[in-house]
Amino acid sequence: MSQTPMKKIYLYTRFERFWHWAQAVLILFLLFTGLEVHGVYAIFGYEEAVELHNLAAWTWLILYIFIIFWEATTGEWKQYIPTTRKLVTVAMYYSIGIFRGDPHPVPKTERVKHNPLQRLTYLGIALVLVPLQIVTGILYYFYNDWAVLGIHMKLGTLAAVHMFGALMLLAFVIVHVYMTTTGHTIMAHIKAMISGWEEVPDTPEEKEA
Amino acid sequence: MYRKLGFFALAACLAIGLGLALSASAATGDGGEGPKPPFGNPHSANNTADHSKFEELQQDFKSGPEVTKACLSCHNEAAEQFQKTIHWKWLCPAAKPEAKLGKAGYVVNNFCININSNEPRCTSCHAGYGYKDKNFDFSVQENVDCLVCHEQTGTYKKFPPGAGYVVKEPTMFGGKEWLPPDFAKVAQSVALPTRKNCGTCHFYGGGGEGVKHGDLDASLYKPKWDLDVHMNVDGENFTCTRCHTTVQHAVAGRCYKSTPLTDRRSLLDSDLIHRITCYSCHSDKPHKTDAKLNDHTDKVSCQACHIPEFAREHSTKMSWDWSTAGKKNAKGKPLVIEKDGRHSYNGMKGDFVWKKNVVPEYKWYNGKLTYLTLTDKIDPAKQPIEINKAHGSYDDPDARIFPFKVHKGKQPFDKVNNTFVVPHLFGKDKNAYWKGYSWANAIQTGMDYVGLPYSGEFDFISTEYMYQTTHMVAPKEKALSCDACHAPQGRLAKLTGFYLPGRDANGFVDYAGWLIVVASLLGVLFHGLIRIASSGNGKEE
Repeated sequence: MSQTPMKKIYLYTRFERFWHWAQAVLILFLLFTGLEVHGVYAIFGYEEAVELHNLAAWTWLILYIFIIFWEATTGEWKQYIPTTRKLVTVAMYYSIGIFRGDPHPVPKTERVKHNPLQRLTYLGIALVLVPLQIVTGILYYFYNDWAVLGIHMKLGTLAAVHMFGALMLLAFVIVHVYMTTTGHTIMAHIKAMISGWEEVPDTPEEKEA
Repeated sequence: MYRKLGFFALAACLAIGLGLALSASAATGDGGEGPKPPFGNPHSANNTADHSKFEELQQDFKSGPEVTKACLSCHNEAAEQFQKTIHWKWLCPAAKPEAKLGKAGYVVNNFCININSNEPRCTSCHAGYGYKDKNFDFSVQENVDCLVCHEQTGTYKKFPPGAGYVVKEPTMFGGKEWLPPDFAKVAQSVALPTRKNCGTCHFYGGGGEGVKHGDLDASLYKPKWDLDVHMNVDGENFTCTRCHTTVQHAVAGRCYKSTPLTDRRSLLDSDLIHRITCYSCHSDKPHKTDAKLNDHTDKVSCQACHIPEFAREHSTKMSWDWSTAGKKNAKGKPLVIEKDGRHSYNGMKGDFVWKKNVVPEYKWYNGKLTYLTLTDKIDPAKQPIEINKAHGSYDDPDARIFPFKVHKGKQPFDKVNNTFVVPHLFGKDKNAYWKGYSWANAIQTGMDYVGLPYSGEFDFISTEYMYQTTHMVAPKEKALSCDACHAPQGRLAKLTGFYLPGRDANGFVDYAGWLIVVASLLGVLFHGLIRIASSGNGKEE
């Protein structure tokens, strides 16, 4: 493969980078403490694990509200509008093309930060998985008031849903972290998420777009 | 100059410190200059009478009943009140008399089993005089023993095999000399009961110190802070009756048929309630700093976390096997084997297991315990037989997770009729087990005495008898931590019917979720390996 000329574009603003990493830390910490609450291991001790888990959860909820506000006011929410255009192409790229050294079919631009697969995944996370965890988490927290709230459900059912959501987030984290290594260098995407500047191929098509 | 200044500063600090210390000690002095009452602070300071000055008590009393007569000459309602209570009747007042629910009836345990035909040895703990057999007249007022609960000299000691009487002349029993009391002195000392009065019987249930309960033993006469935070001699120094509030001689508490546990009012709801439950004073939201702990009070008893172990000072009997009784030593006396200051074997009674710092068993409990009695059928196929049983479940709003001492036993039963039997243990006759050592004779005599059918054939059967653990409340610093129960193999591992975070999991969901996680991991590993292996990773710099 010939060396493509590269250029730097400013993709991720300061707050976007902040919420990304804060969210990363919170998700990992919630997983870590949550699994202890689930009895998988004993590190902090149950009481401490529950308290830390709750603290992290409330922190995340506040952060999440800020993120949604930010997405709404900056118009960045448009980056997450799902599309089927080039969806199959991108999927094909990650299944076959990537091994051949093909260029990415949807290079990042300021206008289009995410490829169709990312859009779908992130939207799913933001609109389904995270709200599911927030709602089940809050219900779990207020378990003692279910009778007053008129909720008739077994705690075990709720706990199972919350646990499943957590494991899905863990699966996402694994794939997500791996996908960061698929840039033009192993660390390229991670560096971009730290500095905000992403290196992208400086191709004429890009300029036309 | 500076040195002088420093000296003055130091002196000033010392003076202030001393002043603070003095005022602090004055503030905590509780107004009492004298020594602390050893067996509990009196919970009422409303005394308007000095009994040592009453003429009625300046007599040369010859017996307990004479003292009682003198008491009743002023307290003319006392005997009538007392005779309605379980302390007198030995039958639960809340149950129908024909149910015979109590020691004086058909209740059985796996300690000394039943009092019928053994009365004189048991009724030294009856607050009365002369309960030597089933013909005892429960209506005679002079037979109420006022002194055992009210005297404060510590010299009034009912003779163990004396049917409630004290000795008339110095007598040896159990390796100790028992002395007749100075009745006038004893009578003049009366006051509200202290831990000493209650403990004289209740710390010795089952025929010895610490035998029965595990949460009631002689260590509670003068308990330390970490043994009992309420009765702590250096702290609040509660008497028993501080919680077991008493109205007209009826002491608040549980009996076979009734429970105070379901009354969940606190003193804030009504100042006239009994202070018998933890809620009474602490309410159902007792934890000031951690709201999540208060979320537990609808399902978990206070005792479950705040009595982390029972028998924390003295050991308690956990098992009694009557079937091995009867061995003699070389002198032909019952063989006794001692271990850690307790009998591990006694030829009169069999094998014992004593334990200290025992983790209770936890059960759902709504305050209702039901009892198998002498007239109930038992199923030898279902050993151990639960002589009494705690009721309640997760779905029962009155039930809480509650700690219990479960005492295991092996005791005789009628193997044809499948009923419990009463052995005639104590007596001067040869049929008494402790004289003739014949189970056949002892059981036949006991059953004839109680007037219940007996086939003549007996065997030994394994049983369990449980006591709720509710005394020896530890300070909050010593309460259980969350992971005592919220853990895969915690204290509640066996308690079913509900989802306990940290212990339980939905197996299918966990399995499916982890499968997806592992699949993701393997997927990316596989993907990465192909990337490394294929020429496509030429992008690396």
